[in-house]
Amino acid sequence: MSERATVGASDASSAPGAGRGRGLLPRIPEPVVAGVVILAVWEGLLALVQPEGFVLPAPSSIVGALFTNAGTIWTATRITGWVIVSGLVAGVIFAVCAALLVSRFRLAREAITPVAVAVNAIPIIALAPIFNNWFGLTSVRSNQLIVVLLVSFPVFINTVKGLSLADAAQIELMESYAASKWRITREVRVPTALPLFFTSLKLASSLAVIGAIVAEYFGGRQDALGPMITQAAGLTRYDEAWAAVLAGTLVGAALYALAVLAERRLMPWHATVRSGGES
Amino acid sequence: MADASPAVAVSGVSKVFNPGRPNEVHALDDIDLRITPGEFVTLIGPSGCGKSTLLRLIASLIPPSDGAVEVNGKSAEQARLDQDYGMAFQKAGLFDWRTVARNVELPLELMGWSKSKRRTRAAEMLDLVRLDGFGDHHPAELSGGMQQRVAIARALSFEPSLLLMDEPFGALDEMTREHVQDELLRIWADRGTTVVFVTHSVPEAVYLSTRVVVMSPRPGRISSVVDIELDERSALVRDAPEFHEAVTEVRKALRAVEGG
Repeated sequence: MSERATVGASDASSAPGAGRGRGLLPRIPEPVVAGVVILAVWEGLLALVQPEGFVLPAPSSIVGALFTNAGTIWTATRITGWVIVSGLVAGVIFAVCAALLVSRFRLAREAITPVAVAVNAIPIIALAPIFNNWFGLTSVRSNQLIVVLLVSFPVFINTVKGLSLADAAQIELMESYAASKWRITREVRVPTALPLFFTSLKLASSLAVIGAIVAEYFGGRQDALGPMITQAAGLTRYDEAWAAVLAGTLVGAALYALAVLAERRLMPWHATVRSGGES
Repeated sequence: MADASPAVAVSGVSKVFNPGRPNEVHALDDIDLRITPGEFVTLIGPSGCGKSTLLRLIASLIPPSDGAVEVNGKSAEQARLDQDYGMAFQKAGLFDWRTVARNVELPLELMGWSKSKRRTRAAEMLDLVRLDGFGDHHPAELSGGMQQRVAIARALSFEPSLLLMDEPFGALDEMTREHVQDELLRIWADRGTTVVFVTHSVPEAVYLSTRVVVMSPRPGRISSVVDIELDERSALVRDAPEFHEAVTEVRKALRAVEGG
């Protein structure tokens, strides 16, 4: 009977947001409230102080610019979005494969880890002009390569660390069942590494946006978000520049949200582990 | 069946860790031990006596430095590859990312059982350790005692003829511990499984075993063997005079070890 009670208690404590929804703000998530308040203060302050438009456009004029330039911004977002997504996916696959090799083979560990650390020491964005010469000034390849290099390292380092955290007793148990090394990796090391992998994936999704847009300042398609920002800012059309930044932000936020969704989907046990109080 | 091959035969086994290095340790020295099928043998002794090392040698998780270990008439290595034994540790070692039922199914998956057979067996096993209805829970939702029972169900799921247990109840409170001990005895009596069990606790060793092997440290040796003859294992026997006599006998043997 006490067993039932134990389970019931941990179920209750893991129910999300139980007993919230207080006062005048029923069922509106706190971040939304915070965001609305910040935008209102921003808009109101600019209306009161009325500085010159180039200092900081009001949120309303940024959104306005987003709509008046909807066509070009949508094209630019698709081009830059492709660089971000393709670079992120390639970089993550590359980093995870390298991490699996490194955790499995000592030789790979000794060969790959120093190279990875050395590559990470390079200021990767600084390579953009050089890559432009390799691939051609208007090719997106150089921008994609920047994103791949930028996202690989954090994902690689975190995944290697995660794979190494596997519980010794669990590995010994698998060995007692005569499980193969790859089977142990699949059943024990990979699930253990998932929390750190997803942390690095969230980090990488923001890095990919930064990497793509900054790389585009130096070359690539001229109708992408990066050139759009530099051109609009150069012509003092700040609301347009901010609208392009907003578009990039939305791509980053969408990728982050996807990473969070994937995390929840692939680690349904994680929430119960955290609220269960036994580790 | 008098000369059937022993479940476990340890002959002249020694184990040296880090040989030739400054941190060299003689964990075990010249161990001989034969365990016949259906026995419940407990290894007991002060820390550093090598009881866990001996269990790992039988499991072929580490190789002996000298001597030979046979399980079911073949080398320990072959027995491990043939999955002749189930194992349970002090830490339940459940996989958080698997449900309770899928934890029990893990060895069956490794052996290539079909999904429906695995399901059926996991349900039977959870029934056996009185956790029916908990199959879809995650381990973190269970108490320590329940987790340990899942680990036992997992070790027994493929009906191994030999069960190796390294202080499996060490982390449990007294009440839970006695409950799980009775469960283990019931399973042992039902299935005729051979059990090799490591513990610190003298009453636990006496209550569970048909034979208690007392070991001495530095280097680990078998110093004496106490046969336990109790008619019936139940809560009542814990208060019976023959139980206390046996406990005293094992305590004396242990004191001799620690004194020497």
